[in-house]
Amino acid sequence: MRQRFLNRINFTDIALGIIGASLVGLIVVGSFKTLAEGNYTTRQWLDFVVFGVAQGSIYALIALGYTLVYGILRMINFAHSEVFMSGAFTAYFAADAMAKAGFIRSNPFIAILILFAISMATSVFIGVLVERIAYRPLRRAPRLVPLITAIGASFFLQYTFKGLYGDQFKAYPEVAALKGSWTWGDLNITRIQVVVILSAALLMLGLYLYVQYTKTGKAMRAVSEDKDVAALMGINVDAIIVRTFVLGAALAGAAGILYALTFRQVNFLMGFIPGIKAFTAAVLGGIGNIPGAMLGGLFLGLFESVGPILFLDGLNVPAPYQLKDVIAFTMLVLVLLFRPSGILGERLSEKKA
Amino acid sequence: MEHESKTPWWLKALQTGLIGGVVAVLSCLIGMIESFHERDIIAGQITMGETVLLLIVITFSYFSSRGTEDTALPKRLTSGALTGLVTGGLVAGLVLLGKWVNLREILVNASPNLYKILTFEMENTTTALAYLLIAGTVIGLLTALLHLIPTVWRRAVIYGLTIVSLIALLQDLIRITLTRFPQITEALAWMFGSRGQEGLSVNGAIAVFLIVTALNYASATRGDSIRSRVRALPTGTQQGLRWGSWLLLFAFLLIWPRIAGPYLSEVTNGIGLFILMGLGLNIVVGYAGLLDLGYVAFFALGAYTMAVLTTTGGEITANFEWTFWQALPAAIFMAVLAGVVLGIPVLKIRGDYLAIITLGFGEIIRIMFLSDFLKPYFGGSFGIVLIASPTFGNLRFNTPQTLYYVILAGCLLALFVAYRLRDSRMGRAWKAIREDEDVAQAMGINLTSTKLLAFAMGAAFGGLGGAIFASKLSTVYPHSFVFLVSINVLALIIVGGMGSLPGVIVGALLLVGLPEFLREFSEFRNLIFGALLIAMMLSKPEGFLPEAVHRRELHEADNAANTAGT
Repeated sequence: MRQRFLNRINFTDIALGIIGASLVGLIVVGSFKTLAEGNYTTRQWLDFVVFGVAQGSIYALIALGYTLVYGILRMINFAHSEVFMSGAFTAYFAADAMAKAGFIRSNPFIAILILFAISMATSVFIGVLVERIAYRPLRRAPRLVPLITAIGASFFLQYTFKGLYGDQFKAYPEVAALKGSWTWGDLNITRIQVVVILSAALLMLGLYLYVQYTKTGKAMRAVSEDKDVAALMGINVDAIIVRTFVLGAALAGAAGILYALTFRQVNFLMGFIPGIKAFTAAVLGGIGNIPGAMLGGLFLGLFESVGPILFLDGLNVPAPYQLKDVIAFTMLVLVLLFRPSGILGERLSEKKA
Repeated sequence: MEHESKTPWWLKALQTGLIGGVVAVLSCLIGMIESFHERDIIAGQITMGETVLLLIVITFSYFSSRGTEDTALPKRLTSGALTGLVTGGLVAGLVLLGKWVNLREILVNASPNLYKILTFEMENTTTALAYLLIAGTVIGLLTALLHLIPTVWRRAVIYGLTIVSLIALLQDLIRITLTRFPQITEALAWMFGSRGQEGLSVNGAIAVFLIVTALNYASATRGDSIRSRVRALPTGTQQGLRWGSWLLLFAFLLIWPRIAGPYLSEVTNGIGLFILMGLGLNIVVGYAGLLDLGYVAFFALGAYTMAVLTTTGGEITANFEWTFWQALPAAIFMAVLAGVVLGIPVLKIRGDYLAIITLGFGEIIRIMFLSDFLKPYFGGSFGIVLIASPTFGNLRFNTPQTLYYVILAGCLLALFVAYRLRDSRMGRAWKAIREDEDVAQAMGINLTSTKLLAFAMGAAFGGLGGAIFASKLSTVYPHSFVFLVSINVLALIIVGGMGSLPGVIVGALLLVGLPEFLREFSEFRNLIFGALLIAMMLSKPEGFLPEAVHRRELHEADNAANTAGT
């Protein structure tokens, strides 16, 4: 028995084990040291956590778009980050106009709803356009082909929007009603964070119910199981795929507004990093799995806000926040190494995945 | 498919026209037309901006008037005219809208200058709009008439027009090269107009067009005979001819910096570095089918290794002060090591995840070099300065014209290695993995070592390129190694044809060389790259100079459909 086990282990497993163990060791030692030094108060840690959850819920909303499309088409929709950007960037002009007219001050609730509507509509338009032009003709092509098209679409959209709206950073107007924060004991939470977390939770709940309990949702799940059999059951596969893109893009548009409210800055390149992070989140949770994307987003947000300080501060790394992207990507590598199907994903066979 | 054929032909023409119009309006609004307007194709007659608009109308009218063999002539003509009219109409609509509303509040490029271009600098808007509509219709009609010309002539005419535009666009390049030969100044002045900055002169354009068209016609009608005459020669002579032409090409490459001068040599060096990287990535993506989006990481590692080992000053705490040749193997070794370290985890990862992991890896490397954490070793955002250039005896390769030979040697070496690997046992194993991993494994191919070797080989070329890059600039900064570089390399091997070696060279010439000479073009470089990637994948996924196997594979579905149909 022991002999057989030893025979099965090969060079890759050993190398992987060493890489994984050293990374985990680094994390444990770093966290332990940071906590032992006690440079940070409970209040600060709670701040990091709240920030992480807010950031994570934005990631989760974008991640849902990746997961939905991946679940159905088995492809990474690289242009999804630009779908996210297009909504927030376009809605900026409405926000600016409303701020100048004083509408945001007098009716903040309606104004934000209008922004959501504009952003989601733009994102849906762009998302559907990309699907129609770049992906639909390639349904049966080898897998590398749509992936490269997606990268091309992403670049094309980025620089088209740069050409249309200019390459400067645009500052979103401040919403007076969302200023300030609430405090309970050590927990301090800004109003914007409350809005972000609540609206993300609502949207995700809505999506979950839609996919689980409506006829379209059922059809979507059927198509993601097997396109051909779904077509035999009388499902219009193309229409369902378009609806999936609409759903994902609408969530990305909403995430765009939440992102803009939080960071109050938009630019044609703003989609790139959140896009990769959201994809990472989707993989973390198990790609193709809707609750997984939500969970993965939250995890990633937390890791990013708490991680740099917790893991690296104790190791005397200067300016650990610069390395937060490194932590996010390292997480991705670790998850793929030890649980390639993600936190909630079921084990898929190679062919199906 | 079926419902498409039920759409009436005029509705189809209308749709095509609408798409064409949207494309035209978009190219106006992103500032392309205005920016291209500054360059003349034919001095004082037509600018590049106008040419692009013209091309859009022609392309879409051409498609809508294509029809089948037996489509009636009036139908075709009306189709073309209708498409042109609608396209022109949308542009006219943009002008009209711009007159009423100030679009510039949102769309930064909707400038008065753009409207001036679109209205042919006329005062009266109504006349100008009528002009736009008429021009669209007439061009559409003329394009439809193109179908009536015999194919040989049509091809010759299109070819002639393309070459005229190309020569006009590349006039800077041609001028810089040819002004070094004072004997032909007069001919140049005649061809390019007296002022000398503004594209071809009318005479020059006509002359070039006539010559090229005639040549193309001649080669189309008689071209086969040359090829067959070569084929008819005995094998020995054929081989001699082939070797002779290779030798000629090699001799030309050797004397190129002398002809080209410093500026062109510098551009050539840039192209050479991209060829080097392209050859490396071609092994990973083209041969082994592993999509690597973080290729720039190996380039960066090679560059930084070279920098750290040879720098003779600056802020960082390293004083190895090696020579270029000592550091070169180390740079390649570091890149290979990184390739293997990245390769190991990646082996277990499913296809698409690979893309995102490698992308993440590229970003990790860049962020690390940029961070304050490693600043004492890599200089953070200040980078590393004073990097050694290669020396050989008393010869220092520090000018573009001398450095050219180092890059040429690197490229030739990489070409040789890639060429020999292609059909080797390993090359065939890579291709087998690309086609089907499971079957390849069943055939006894060791997936682990084969994939790792692909990564290592690709990384080695990248590292070599990076090392030369560092000593070429004699400084390195983290911002030279952004994601965009990976995409540029990927785009060039895709345009050339995945897995094809000549494709890499052509791709690099097109995507890296051309933008150097077209300042206006380089502004829209990334946008055009994106559009090119989509267009290539939709219409010609095998690239312009495809590898034979790849072409067959990617058109398998078409072939199957054809055989099923007949």
